[in-house]
Amino acid sequence: MSGESKKAPYRVPIGPNHPALKEPVMFTFEMEGEVVRDVDFAPGQAHRGIEWMGMRRNPVQIVHLTDRICGICGVVHSLSFSLAVEQIAGIEVPERADYIRTIVHEFERIQSHLLWAGVAAHELGFDSLLYLTWRVREEAMDVIENLTGNRVNYGIVQVGGVRRDIVPEQHAIIEKCLATYEGLLDTLLSFFLDDRTIRMRCRDVGVLSRKDAVELCTVGPTARASGVNVDLRQDYPYAAYGDLDVKAVLPDRYLGETHGDVYDRIVVRLLEVGQSCQIIRQCLSEMPAGPITAEEKLVKLLATCKKATGEGIGRVEAPRGECLHYVRMEGKDSPASWKVKASSYSNLMSWIPMLRGSQIADIPIIVASIDPCLSCTDRVAIVQDNRRSILTKDDLHRLSAEKTRRLQG
Amino acid sequence: MRGLPLVPELVRQLFRRPATNRFPAKYLPPSMRAFLRDVQAGRATANPPVPTPPKFRGKIAYDRDSCIGCMLCVRVCPAHAIEFLPDTKKIRVWVDQCIFCSQCTSICPKSCLSMTDAFLLAGEDRYAEDLIVE
Repeated sequence: MSGESKKAPYRVPIGPNHPALKEPVMFTFEMEGEVVRDVDFAPGQAHRGIEWMGMRRNPVQIVHLTDRICGICGVVHSLSFSLAVEQIAGIEVPERADYIRTIVHEFERIQSHLLWAGVAAHELGFDSLLYLTWRVREEAMDVIENLTGNRVNYGIVQVGGVRRDIVPEQHAIIEKCLATYEGLLDTLLSFFLDDRTIRMRCRDVGVLSRKDAVELCTVGPTARASGVNVDLRQDYPYAAYGDLDVKAVLPDRYLGETHGDVYDRIVVRLLEVGQSCQIIRQCLSEMPAGPITAEEKLVKLLATCKKATGEGIGRVEAPRGECLHYVRMEGKDSPASWKVKASSYSNLMSWIPMLRGSQIADIPIIVASIDPCLSCTDRVAIVQDNRRSILTKDDLHRLSAEKTRRLQG
Repeated sequence: MRGLPLVPELVRQLFRRPATNRFPAKYLPPSMRAFLRDVQAGRATANPPVPTPPKFRGKIAYDRDSCIGCMLCVRVCPAHAIEFLPDTKKIRVWVDQCIFCSQCTSICPKSCLSMTDAFLLAGEDRYAEDLIVE
């Protein structure tokens, strides 16, 4: 260490692996006393090469691979990949399948938001609330297990529709779960929002102004908590959302004002649990009868996908924000190109304005407040000669120019 | 209680049954492996796990005689867990690689593949006999 760096501001590295971090990411804080002066972070520590695996598989196989991009949003990735492939192959999804997709999608939002609420309570040192939230989260997990066959990695979505129908006997199970949550929501809101400790730790902590939220292209609850009215379900409806009445949840509709802090993010996520219950209830009552998949014979589906050429984009409002899949097919078994942009990718940059000026003790809750999912986000890791290097736009331009010169001889 | 809304709920919790199902043993035994060996030998009883839901996707079962060797399951397996044996025109499933998506059971024209309820498959040897279905 050089003599200069011993003076303030001190550099505090946290990560890539650290007990306080749930997932690997490298933070470098510049501290002045207890206050964060500046912060930088480096994701890309959990790259798994899922897209590479996808290039060697056909769409029917990739759907199950997409389930495994994220452990919490299982249906989001497979749904948005299927939307992209259906767009390319011109497959019309039956209405009933759209409704079933929506129902599973909303149950996933409920369990994901409750999981986050528990993690947030844990980061504040409020472990009794963590256990309570995760206990009530089990209700949603049980229903998901009943509908799809698994607690995680549901495998319910397939290109062209869904793989399992919701039978009348399951309506009662869903209804019971919804009634539990609707009865519980006020209690949960009071546990989180009326608690003095949570208010002290979260009010005006990790503030993201509306301007920053728009400029940094944040998505999902992080953007909505800063007062940005974005929600794919309302702006660009997919699946059955076009028929449903979905309005983005904004904190000022509940509290009358928007601070854009951690507290507002708790408000948005908890209110979305209630919203999801309403959406599921509406779906159940309006669900039309009919087939659940456009193509029941998987062999035919494989042939259709093989013939397809073109490119497609699937966009889905994940619990964390917009998730995007880009697929290009060129008449082969496997896609020519597949790109995944998970929602956390858009949200990570908002850490920097949030963390600047905060205290060391607030770092965990601020980092957790955007609900980061890093293994979903990491799509690229560059390792050459055992060294990691990062290519900037200028480097890429230089490489491209060099290749042109090389090809010209 | 102003500002402490969780306290009454915590008091109520004291008189409720815990939500956690204690599987496989009520209290952590000194050696889990010794305990599981005892269970297998019938010297001890395990606390039962939470029952599986209907249409659960567990360990795969294979009806070798009705298989016609069409290889469709090999084509749709996302995990490349199914190996085709050209000599006998039958398949071999490596359960350690299986991701339990049940795609092969949906595509099989003869319905000779099915999912069972078995899920206690963790082990130390990925090539153990009960992890290879053929």
